[in-house]
Amino acid sequence: MNRRTIVHSVGLLILATLPVVAEAMGEPFLTTIASRVLIYAIAAVSLDLILGFGAMVSFGHSAFFGIGAYVVGILTHHAFNSEAIAFLPGDWTGSTAAVIQWPLAILTAGLFALVIGALSLRTQGVYFIMITLAFAQMLYYLMISLPTYGGEDGLNLWERSNLPPFDLYDDREFYYLVLALLLAFLGLTRRIVSSRFGMVLKGCKQNEPRMKALGFPTYRYKLTAFVIAGMGAGLAGALAANHTEFVGPGMMHWTRSGEIMVMVILGGMGTLIGPVLGAATLLLMEEVLSNFTEHWMVILGPFLVLVVLYLRGGIYGWLTGRRNGDD
Amino acid sequence: MTLVLFLEQTLNGLQQGVMLFLLAAGLTLVFGIMHLINLAHGSLYMVGAYVTASVTLASGNFAIGVLAGMAAAGATGVVIELLALRRLYARDHLDQVLATFGVILTVNELTKIIWGPQALFLSTPTWLSGTIEIIPGAPYPAYRLFIIAVGLLVGIVLRHLIVNTRLGMLIRAGATHREMVGAMGVDIDRLFTVVFGIGAMLAGLAGAMAGPMLAIEVGMGEKILILTFVVIIIGGIGSVRGALVGALLVGVVDTYGRAFLPMIMRTFFEPSTADSVGASLSSMSIYVLMAVVLIWRPRGLFQAYGG
Amino acid sequence: MKRIQGLAAAAALSFIATLPAYAADAVKIGMITTLSGGGASLGVDIRDGFELALKQKNGMLGGVATELTVVDDARKVENAKQIATRMIKQDDVDVVTGIVWSNLAMAVVPSVTRAGKVYISPNAGPSDLAGKGCDANYFNVAWQNDNLHEAMGQYVTDKGFKNVYLMAPNYPAGKDALAGFKRYYKGAVAAEVYTKLGQVDYAAEIANLRAAKPDAVFFFLPGGMGINFVKQYAQAGLTQDVPLFGPAFSFDEGILKAVGDAAIGTFNTSQYSHDLDNAANTAFASAFVEAYGRKPSLYASQGYDAAMLLDSAIAKVGGNVKDGDAFRAALKAADFTSVRGAFKFGPNQHPVQDIYVREVVKDGEGVTNRLVGKVFTDHADAYAADCKM
Repeated sequence: MNRRTIVHSVGLLILATLPVVAEAMGEPFLTTIASRVLIYAIAAVSLDLILGFGAMVSFGHSAFFGIGAYVVGILTHHAFNSEAIAFLPGDWTGSTAAVIQWPLAILTAGLFALVIGALSLRTQGVYFIMITLAFAQMLYYLMISLPTYGGEDGLNLWERSNLPPFDLYDDREFYYLVLALLLAFLGLTRRIVSSRFGMVLKGCKQNEPRMKALGFPTYRYKLTAFVIAGMGAGLAGALAANHTEFVGPGMMHWTRSGEIMVMVILGGMGTLIGPVLGAATLLLMEEVLSNFTEHWMVILGPFLVLVVLYLRGGIYGWLTGRRNGDD
Repeated sequence: MTLVLFLEQTLNGLQQGVMLFLLAAGLTLVFGIMHLINLAHGSLYMVGAYVTASVTLASGNFAIGVLAGMAAAGATGVVIELLALRRLYARDHLDQVLATFGVILTVNELTKIIWGPQALFLSTPTWLSGTIEIIPGAPYPAYRLFIIAVGLLVGIVLRHLIVNTRLGMLIRAGATHREMVGAMGVDIDRLFTVVFGIGAMLAGLAGAMAGPMLAIEVGMGEKILILTFVVIIIGGIGSVRGALVGALLVGVVDTYGRAFLPMIMRTFFEPSTADSVGASLSSMSIYVLMAVVLIWRPRGLFQAYGG
Repeated sequence: MKRIQGLAAAAALSFIATLPAYAADAVKIGMITTLSGGGASLGVDIRDGFELALKQKNGMLGGVATELTVVDDARKVENAKQIATRMIKQDDVDVVTGIVWSNLAMAVVPSVTRAGKVYISPNAGPSDLAGKGCDANYFNVAWQNDNLHEAMGQYVTDKGFKNVYLMAPNYPAGKDALAGFKRYYKGAVAAEVYTKLGQVDYAAEIANLRAAKPDAVFFFLPGGMGINFVKQYAQAGLTQDVPLFGPAFSFDEGILKAVGDAAIGTFNTSQYSHDLDNAANTAFASAFVEAYGRKPSLYASQGYDAAMLLDSAIAKVGGNVKDGDAFRAALKAADFTSVRGAFKFGPNQHPVQDIYVREVVKDGEGVTNRLVGKVFTDHADAYAADCKM
């Protein structure tokens, strides 16, 4: 058994037993916090797919997260008020069924990722970082000034999604559902990166001109990865809307993109598991430190700097004794 | 809309652009030469504003305050460079983003601990208050004219520095042939520290200039940071000329957007909708500008150095 | 007083939660407010006001030991929501209070009241919670969001202004502000301008404003936006020619300190002023200055009043806050002396109160607000009729 297997097994064991342990410890609220961590983990893993394997540093990932959340929010809003959705043909009044909401959230996020990615991938490096940021900011300001869906106030989700036979209001069931989705998404992304498609992607990261010379249509490969990542973030957004019972433009703000990026790098990029650790570390530190002192950022800030300086390969790399992305 | 109003808005755009240039010049140099994405550039701007306000209040002299603000921002920059950023030049952009994000949180919180959560006060110096009718019929704030003058002066000095001095030559060389400069016996580490310090001082100057006009508060740096990035991306990374053109472009587009879009919208919609739609479009205008420029020229208008 | 009850319980992945250790039968109050990031000064004022009251009562509201837990929401909805859930599910607090911003309140309050807990709002008063969404467990001790704007509409009309220029950020609270103003303003509207949320430079708007030649300006730009605007407005030399009017949110004591002389000669409406002449306020204002070294803002007064309201109600039920009906009735009676003077709840449990106009002047210590008159007596909000309770 190597170190990586141990880390994975221990992690899985903790995640699988967490609600039971929390209950036994008389801290049932831990389950709710953990659900939030797992939701952000899905978003972080999706970003890692393009960031860690395709070297596409998207600084606008929160846009897709927000879109996923808004799809759920808007559909629920219409279903709750029995109003027809004005910008769609026909007189569909939305739905609260998860089987409709969630796939639609994923698809819509993917569609936006397709358009944004198609335009952004014309640029490279820092320019790519900034153009993805620009698109996310445009969406942010759009949602702020759209009074129909609450503008800056956002929308309250009056009812969580319906997913029989599960009860999403039950913290434990919700947790296990999110956990299952995270594991499924991790499985999917692992298959992707180890497939031929993933090889091409990694090839682009190392030397795109060479991949082009070898005859690969790298633009299409990268765009596909970008869209998949957007869809993953969309799913996370849909879950986050259910978890918070609220959607708002704050979900799309650039600082949110920054936070998701921090989770990936903190945990160890190009590792897929690392971002899960990163999400847990960042969110739990916020939780613990803000209870401890009003000036908690003065601790978190230097911590992040130190991680970058001394913990190359992130937390996952430190735990498993590996560096960035050597697989 | 009258011609006077149009000219006045152009002047406003110019002034906003000049302000952005002060920030963008330092950022683009650091970016171009050290390949460092410094999200904490806005924090140096904030330090400049806070120290300028405190020193001006204590000494009663704005000029002393500005010098102190520049010095403080420069010193803070050098300290951050020596302690942390120095080790990041060779790393990829992501590590830099994470580390400088950490620096933002730290500097913001320290500022709040030192000066408290409430905004600080700095008034316009008496010799710069009042208005001047530079365009007949539109009295223009003297202080804004002063900012334009300072910005243009800095532009000229920077140009002289880069074109005519040994330091400038090293900066130009460092941007394109870093290894070669090192191989020829130049102390690259010191060059980087000096350039970073200059950039930080310019950010401090921008903060000092902003003080009498804006709320001096924690978070003021992040508000302008993104705009500054937009500027250097449009202008092309590493190019001071690009930063100037980009800054003026962003300043003018943003100002025209805010000034005229609601008016234009009123020809299409009823007034209250028009105001709201116009406002939404104008908040997006500079991001649209950046997206369009990048789709047209993926490396900005003046490319001094490739991504 | 200890703010943090204690940190404990680290599980394998260092999952941690607060484990409060309270005395038997203590009343537990959870305060969710903004202490970090932008707008932190409002939350700090509310907290300080509340804590001052608690300190004066020796840590006992209504004669009962009180555990106050203050948690920072960093102005993020998700954080606020998570803190509220923890307070309800785990800490089992009796009362929740503290939220500064309407959008956070809209997201958090319904889940608090649905869980059967009492929520006392020391600031945000969104129209939804005053009208259709009102709730027996929700009390607002500050105002309904529109109140101060309405008062300014009335005042500007009374003063004979006929052509007013309106300005607010392009977000729901901004639009509500202008709607509230227009509800009582009778003259013409020179223009209705929406600016970007968090905007820094107002040169373009000020130039347009000058060109439109209004006879007054009403603006709602809370926090830093207001500081920026007022400073730049004064630099453009307009303060004398076209007077500025706005709600107190752009003119609280902290903001005036930052704006300085540029604000002199402007007018704002508020339900509170540190120079209100009543015994309760005189005592409060001097105690606040002594404790924190600054004049109390309206937010501080609201935090203080929230505590005093609780004090009166807890005393009335003899500390038995678990008796929901009795506790709510005691709160609704509002048998406390508000530092703003007359105070009672309307049918939707929002204040019915007087609203004043203040002028910004310079006194010995610096720039401050001075009471110049009363606009409304016993003013209630416009949404009470929609509230079916």
